[in-house]
Amino acid sequence: MSSGEPGGQALLTGWGAATATSARLLRVRTQDDVLRALTAAPGRGAIPRGLGRSYGDPALNAGGTVLDMTLMDRVLGLDEGTGRLTVEAGASMDALVRAVLPLGWFVPVTPGTRQVTVGGAIATDVHGKNHHRAGSFGAHVTGMRLALPDGTVRVVSPELDRDLHWATIGGMGLTGVVLDATVQLQRVPSAWMSVSTERAGDLDTLLAALQRADRQTYSVAWVDLMAGGSVSGRGVVTSAEHAQPEALPTAVAERRWSLPEPARIGVPLWTPAGLLNRASLRAFNEAWFRRAPVRRDGEVVPLGKFFHPLDGVRDWNRLYGARGLVQHQCVVPDEPTLREVLRLIRISRVPSFLAVLKRFGPADPGPLSFPRPGWTLAFDVAASAASLGGLLDDLDEVVAAAGGSIYLAKDSRLRPQLLPALYPRLDHWRAVRERVDPHRVLTSDLARRLSL
Amino acid sequence: MMDALGAPQSLAVLGGTSEIGLAVADRLVRGRCERVGLAGRDAAELEIAADRLVKAGAYDVRTHLFEATDTADHDRLVDALFADGDVDVVLVAFGVLGDQAAMSADPDQAVALAQVNYTATVSLGLRVATALRRQGHGSLVFLSSVAAERGRAANFVYGSSKAGVDTFAQGLGDSLQGTGVHVLVVRPGFVRTRMTAGLPEAPFATTADAVAEAVVDALARRREVVWVPGVLRAVMSGVRHLPRPVFRRLPT
Repeated sequence: MSSGEPGGQALLTGWGAATATSARLLRVRTQDDVLRALTAAPGRGAIPRGLGRSYGDPALNAGGTVLDMTLMDRVLGLDEGTGRLTVEAGASMDALVRAVLPLGWFVPVTPGTRQVTVGGAIATDVHGKNHHRAGSFGAHVTGMRLALPDGTVRVVSPELDRDLHWATIGGMGLTGVVLDATVQLQRVPSAWMSVSTERAGDLDTLLAALQRADRQTYSVAWVDLMAGGSVSGRGVVTSAEHAQPEALPTAVAERRWSLPEPARIGVPLWTPAGLLNRASLRAFNEAWFRRAPVRRDGEVVPLGKFFHPLDGVRDWNRLYGARGLVQHQCVVPDEPTLREVLRLIRISRVPSFLAVLKRFGPADPGPLSFPRPGWTLAFDVAASAASLGGLLDDLDEVVAAAGGSIYLAKDSRLRPQLLPALYPRLDHWRAVRERVDPHRVLTSDLARRLSL
Repeated sequence: MMDALGAPQSLAVLGGTSEIGLAVADRLVRGRCERVGLAGRDAAELEIAADRLVKAGAYDVRTHLFEATDTADHDRLVDALFADGDVDVVLVAFGVLGDQAAMSADPDQAVALAQVNYTATVSLGLRVATALRRQGHGSLVFLSSVAAERGRAANFVYGSSKAGVDTFAQGLGDSLQGTGVHVLVVRPGFVRTRMTAGLPEAPFATTADAVAEAVVDALARRREVVWVPGVLRAVMSGVRHLPRPVFRRLPT
């Protein structure tokens, strides 16, 4: 019987690195390690942690135990005929892509980085650029094995304990520790993407172009939150399909299944405060906009370049300096609300780049799952930005009033009272949690902060 | 939990009727702070303070009676403060100014001041630090003073007690590196409060509310030292190096 490595105290942060709390970090290797950690968890409970890409505090548990799941990363089985993959929760999306892409398979949904674990993708029900067509990651999970705080292992699926299955998808790790999951992969014709790019000089053009791009399997827009006047809301829409082998230029044809390259650029441990200020970000946004072609179709790029541009730079979050960054991601059901959100951000004069706009398709049944039909906007801001708290609170109120929501995987500062409005089926989720974890063994800083 | 923008959800004030303590509480409950524990020795005044915080937006305010000099009772107090859940910020705000002339004449008065300002702060500071370590996060705020910088004839007993607090808090903060617990030392100048009523005002005098604003900002930035007003940092770095004969002749 193996055991988790002795638990050392560790100061942990989320990807935003704006808060840090101390916990006993336990590197678990087996199902028994997980069960033992849950049943022996002291008063302040336990939470699983993957690769730490959630921005805020869902994978922190101050004063308690944090289970580092990344050693549980084995592929348990792949049916090469059907694309059903069973994999341990700590396996990264990067490892999966490397394992299955040469066989002609690809993950059904990928977020903007491959540096997330399967367990984390389930706990936050991640979405990708194909949400409008394929839904979120949870929609492709056909079953899971969960370690529960009572020391048992439960098999769940949409047919078997449906409530617990869906409460776990998007459940922020609070309804059981995912040990392994079975995921339906998608077949792809190559490791390349055929990408269309369209530059939109103002918001009307951008929204129309993004709506048209619903016809494509993948679509997303970058929007310049800082531009004002006649060019306010300008941006660049990119959409893509997996490239057919016959569409590959001869130069890359023999590299039909080439794997994504590892990051070649890093960010130093220390960066000067205020590197990303209003002037530098305006200049960046201007250059980014000018760099995009007015319109280009059929550009063939490696899959990683389209899906995971930020994986090219390691530790890019450090660019935001010692106080870290905050990401805000909302979904709103209608265009007027989206316009109001964009207006509030622009007039706040908060410096931001990397604002991403996308259209969501139908929601899945997870009560804490974030995606729902409408527009989603995500943007990063340095946590030190002046009057940021007021702006984000205002945005949350607008989003809640319109029946939208805020993504918990990104959140680090939401007003807890808004949660029932943002997640109307919260009580249903709470009832499931009460059933499987009446003593709240599974808990996190996020759970405490939001009184989940 | 403290959020990413440094806004706490719960607060405990030791010296729960202190004007600076309440000014900090007042600001925090207008933000994310919902739960406040006020510890003091005057039940009636604590209730008035609690009412004021509830009106300002606090959801849950509890009062705790304690005597700073009764260190044997401090474990009980700290347990009570942490009994209702995590405490994100603990502010040590009690203290007395004393009358230097009276203390020079009656050393027992000086001892009493030292016991409140320094001994009780050490007793509670260490106990609170242990509780915060156990919960894995939190900020601990100590009120020092410009008077801690150099001893002067007009208030050296008070100044030395604050110097002790200041040095204690700096070292405590360093000892808590890596534990998730943060210590903030606040060095106000002359603050216009009940404690200083009737005294001649020193240069760069400030208000309890200005101190509170600086404390809330320093908490958000996780700073380790804050001077109020900020200009005192520069002023005192000059004063620190003045030759004694010059320093002695400075106006009060």
